[in-house]
Amino acid sequence: MNYQAPTSLDAAVDILAGAKGDCRILAGGTDLLVRMHSDMAEPDTVLDIKRIDSLRAISQEDGGWRIGAAVSAAEMGENADLVADWPGVVEAANLIGSTQIQGRCTIAGNLCNASPAADSVPALVAAEAKARIAGPDGIRDIPVEDVPEGPGKTSLKPGELVASIFLPSRPERSGDAYLRFIPRTEMDIAVVGCGVSLTLDASGNCVAARVALGAVAPTVIVVPEAAEALVGTSVDEDALTKMAAACSEAAKPIDDKRGTAEYRVHMAGVLARRAAVIAKKRAGGAA
Amino acid sequence: MSMIHVTTTINGVAQEYLCEADETLLDVLRDRLGMTGSKEGCGTGDCGACSVTVDDRLVCSCLMLGAEAEGRKVETIEGMAEGETLHPLQRKFIEHAALQCGICTPGILVAAKSLLEHNPNPTEEEARYWLAGNLCRCTGYDKIIRAVMAAAEEMREAS
Amino acid sequence: MALDAKMDGKLDFKVVGTRVNRPDGIDKVTGRARFGADMTAPGMLVGKVLRSPHAHAKIKSIDTSAAEALEGVLAVVTRADFPEVELDEGTWDVLDNCMAGEKALYDGHAVAAVAAASESVAKKALKLIKVDYEPLPHVIAVDDAMKADAPALHDGRQVENVPEGMGANVVARYEFGHGDIEAGLGKADKVLERTYKTEATHQGYIEPHACLAQVGSDGQADLWCCTQGQYMVRDTCAAIMGLSQSRLKVTASEIGGGFGGKTTVFIEPVALALSKKSGRPVKMVMSRSEVLRATGPTASSSIDIRLGMTEDGQITAGFAELRYQGGAYPGSPVEFGSMSAFAPYDLENVKTVGWDVVANRPKQAAYRAPGAPMAAFAVESAIDELAKGLGLDPLEVRLKNAAREGTKAAYGVTYPAIGLEATLRTAKDHPHWTAPLGENQGRGVACGFWFNFGGNTCVTLNVTPDGTVNVIEGNPDIGGSRASMSMMAAEELGVPYERVRTVIADTASLGLNDVTDGSRVTFAVGLATIEAARAAKREMCKRAAMVWGIDEEAVVWEDGAARPSGPNAGKHDPMTLADIAAIASNTGGPIAGHSEINAEGAGVSFATHMVDTEVDPESGAVKILRYTVFQDAGKAVHPDYVEGQFQGGAVQGIGWALNEAYIYGEDGVLQNPGFLDYRVPVASDLPMIDTVILEIPNPGHPYGVRGVGETSIVPPLAAIANSVSAAAGVRMTSLPMSPPKVLKAIQTG
Repeated sequence: MNYQAPTSLDAAVDILAGAKGDCRILAGGTDLLVRMHSDMAEPDTVLDIKRIDSLRAISQEDGGWRIGAAVSAAEMGENADLVADWPGVVEAANLIGSTQIQGRCTIAGNLCNASPAADSVPALVAAEAKARIAGPDGIRDIPVEDVPEGPGKTSLKPGELVASIFLPSRPERSGDAYLRFIPRTEMDIAVVGCGVSLTLDASGNCVAARVALGAVAPTVIVVPEAAEALVGTSVDEDALTKMAAACSEAAKPIDDKRGTAEYRVHMAGVLARRAAVIAKKRAGGAA
Repeated sequence: MSMIHVTTTINGVAQEYLCEADETLLDVLRDRLGMTGSKEGCGTGDCGACSVTVDDRLVCSCLMLGAEAEGRKVETIEGMAEGETLHPLQRKFIEHAALQCGICTPGILVAAKSLLEHNPNPTEEEARYWLAGNLCRCTGYDKIIRAVMAAAEEMREAS
Repeated sequence: MALDAKMDGKLDFKVVGTRVNRPDGIDKVTGRARFGADMTAPGMLVGKVLRSPHAHAKIKSIDTSAAEALEGVLAVVTRADFPEVELDEGTWDVLDNCMAGEKALYDGHAVAAVAAASESVAKKALKLIKVDYEPLPHVIAVDDAMKADAPALHDGRQVENVPEGMGANVVARYEFGHGDIEAGLGKADKVLERTYKTEATHQGYIEPHACLAQVGSDGQADLWCCTQGQYMVRDTCAAIMGLSQSRLKVTASEIGGGFGGKTTVFIEPVALALSKKSGRPVKMVMSRSEVLRATGPTASSSIDIRLGMTEDGQITAGFAELRYQGGAYPGSPVEFGSMSAFAPYDLENVKTVGWDVVANRPKQAAYRAPGAPMAAFAVESAIDELAKGLGLDPLEVRLKNAAREGTKAAYGVTYPAIGLEATLRTAKDHPHWTAPLGENQGRGVACGFWFNFGGNTCVTLNVTPDGTVNVIEGNPDIGGSRASMSMMAAEELGVPYERVRTVIADTASLGLNDVTDGSRVTFAVGLATIEAARAAKREMCKRAAMVWGIDEEAVVWEDGAARPSGPNAGKHDPMTLADIAAIASNTGGPIAGHSEINAEGAGVSFATHMVDTEVDPESGAVKILRYTVFQDAGKAVHPDYVEGQFQGGAVQGIGWALNEAYIYGEDGVLQNPGFLDYRVPVASDLPMIDTVILEIPNPGHPYGVRGVGETSIVPPLAAIANSVSAAAGVRMTSLPMSPPKVLKAIQTG
């Protein structure tokens, strides 16, 4: 195996595009090294992107936030302004693994690992986050939900890597939240995850909403019906019930060691309702 | 296979080593540097027995390559006491019987030290969540949490 | 050696009962302590095992030639490399488990191993070994494995008392009890019949198995390993390798948890075989996945209960039929389960029938009070349900039926002084019992029992020339036993605790010691330590008598010194241990005491656990709110470590009750061989675990010591199930009570 730690994005793209055999990006390494340990990955080259300064930064851009691909979840949690704007995204990132994992893991890695149960992804999808992709043909921005194509599979082309994640600016009276269900209080993979982002008008009515579910399909899914159930309402009981039902309806999970399909369908609704209540509160809505 | 030359600082001491590209920092510490205080309980970041800090950030050394430590500052359990003087956490762990078999103890101490550096006055709940990535199968965590809280109190009073 | 007479009126202990710092503390908080994987040897190779991907398969052939040809590979072994020696059935099973012969019997069963210059070469070599498997049908669940048409693992392993017509996987039957069940049930006002199920759980020690083997061409061998019993390792490996026991020296490393799981061998014979073949030291360390796939776990169970109770809470009859699968070989702990199920109760009519069943899973290993927690889960759940159904207080019902001194236990013995009643009364008086509960919260109680063991034990106590003391014992210190032995020696000799250092001997340095199991060490090794100290005291009194020129009988040992005693002793200044040690060369040579015993008189121990839980009715998630352990420890030598045993057992029980389970796919392959999905409790899952130590002296030990380590895992499964059942409003009869299962129970009522 060959280890490379370039200091510029261009150099990283060159290495990635020119690499022979299996070249893997090493950001936090909390998925890659587990795979290597379990002999599920035997890369020929590991490309460490943590020495690239631009990928290590959290910066404000166009009223939103650009988060470099090598920024750890812990660093996101320590940025008070980011937390204030996108509490749901940050809390989702801060739910990945343990304190030790937090010190290393990245949301870009969480996205590119392409697990349907990735904690930060439903929150990013609900936030309408964009992934900036760098490759031999330059830079392109795509919605984060277009990155994963199935378990362990992404839409990235050869030589491409996610350089950063962009969280758009927030209208006033917006809030987001992420909740997941796990059997223990920490350390588990989400059985179901739900991200909700919404915006209220001055009278407390929901004018925009986006709901995403994790671990109920091969990729994180957006549930437009759930959002529609909220828009135009005060996010009241009736709307929440309809929204929960839409989430359960949209969930198409499988039985596995972490939960039954039946349980996941049920919990998709339960979590969506709870997450929406939190998001509404964060948006300044009445309890 | 060509080896990678790494220059780093471990427990305040400049250290150079050669490692293979796929060796973890834990492999390097244990097998190349003879620092066996960091333990491998799982190799997948689920147990915390290999906890170290890198540039003051708590990590699992099993989930980091040895090559990544170039230019970094690594702290391990071996660097926690100053000579014969134990760190307050180490002392409180002994006084509170916070260890039984002792295999998880180095990782928990490193993690707890990191906690108190980030948050000198943690609540019990904060301590429990911070340490959730450090498995202990012997104690049920009770005496560990008590020892951490007692050390935190002592350290606050001393500062 | 019985309880000291002076114990009757509270023995005045000076060291025993205090909370001293453990002698291995500094080594363990600084990272200096050397565990199984922390040892190296010059020229050492890395050993790795190839494991079966099939749950059940015939091994038609193994081609190791490509692996052997790989640069850096120094040895490859298969079963064919183990010597053809006569082995008893139990040891043959151990060998077959360490290295499969004709068949692979479970996913993860070892089929070959390599020793190579590095980890990466060893891994490559494993991939080059070609095993030709013929997959066979497999069976996982105990009730399936018992069926007459289930795929059979072995031929001819059924013991004689298994009735004809039972499936081949039913290998043994046990029966205990007395009285007439049907007559007893006839007298009941209410009879409950229920089936309870538990899943296999793993001991979950954080230290994977590790060893370093070195075999010389002269037949002398050294083995370093993490084990609960270096003598067991020696005897088992010597038999398998055809070595004499004296030629194989086994040194126990510090041990990173065992809980019963390190009472047998897995990689040790393989490392010896690889070392023998390569002529080099070979180190082997299991991965966590290997630990979960191929070591431990305990049995899964399926248990039928019939229990009769009168309106006022008298149990009229108790019957249990217990079915335990113990993995691929005979030896599930169903016998202990059958013996212990009703042990806390004084019953006129009681019967248990146990079935030992094999299935395509790893060979079970002892797990803390092996067999008892599942049995207690069934019996204590049934008592709870009946009591509540009759509107009775579950603690009162247990008190009414509690075993006491003189009770004939279901498993045959008549109890001496025991502490069950004390635990129940203390529980009833504790503020926890009457604390208010909120919505969706429930409280549960349950009792538990463990036998506690004695067994073969040797201790040598050396008095050093400077007047300090070394205690040499042969049981690995798994949770503070060096501290407790030093304390008992100090107590007996009347010297400060700090003057005693206890070390663990290798197998060549001390006589046979049974495995660290059955909660035997503080009792049995303590007994031997006290005896060794008393022998040393007798010798020191003799030396003092010699110096003073008086009869030995006229010298007593008090407060750490020999003193003249009696009318004809004369006046002499006391001689301390240090005084006598300093002149030992002139009075007959070095002073030592030793003790070699097969300890009897282990005192049974009982506990009552009380737990509050909250159930989220929308998700089925269970939160442990409050937990209190009430247990009879006999004399608590080191209360901190007694509490630690109570807490640790309770939390392992919490894991077993709520989230831990072996999960198999349709293909018989283990789905969760890692700490990610084999979910042991983490710190944030738990509250503090409160403990109340009761000290009802064991009449069989001079200080009244009982074992304490195992009883604490017996009540939690039932206590939590009773609590969750109360909180959820629906009776839970199957473990683990995972959120989907609890939710389903709530939804279906």
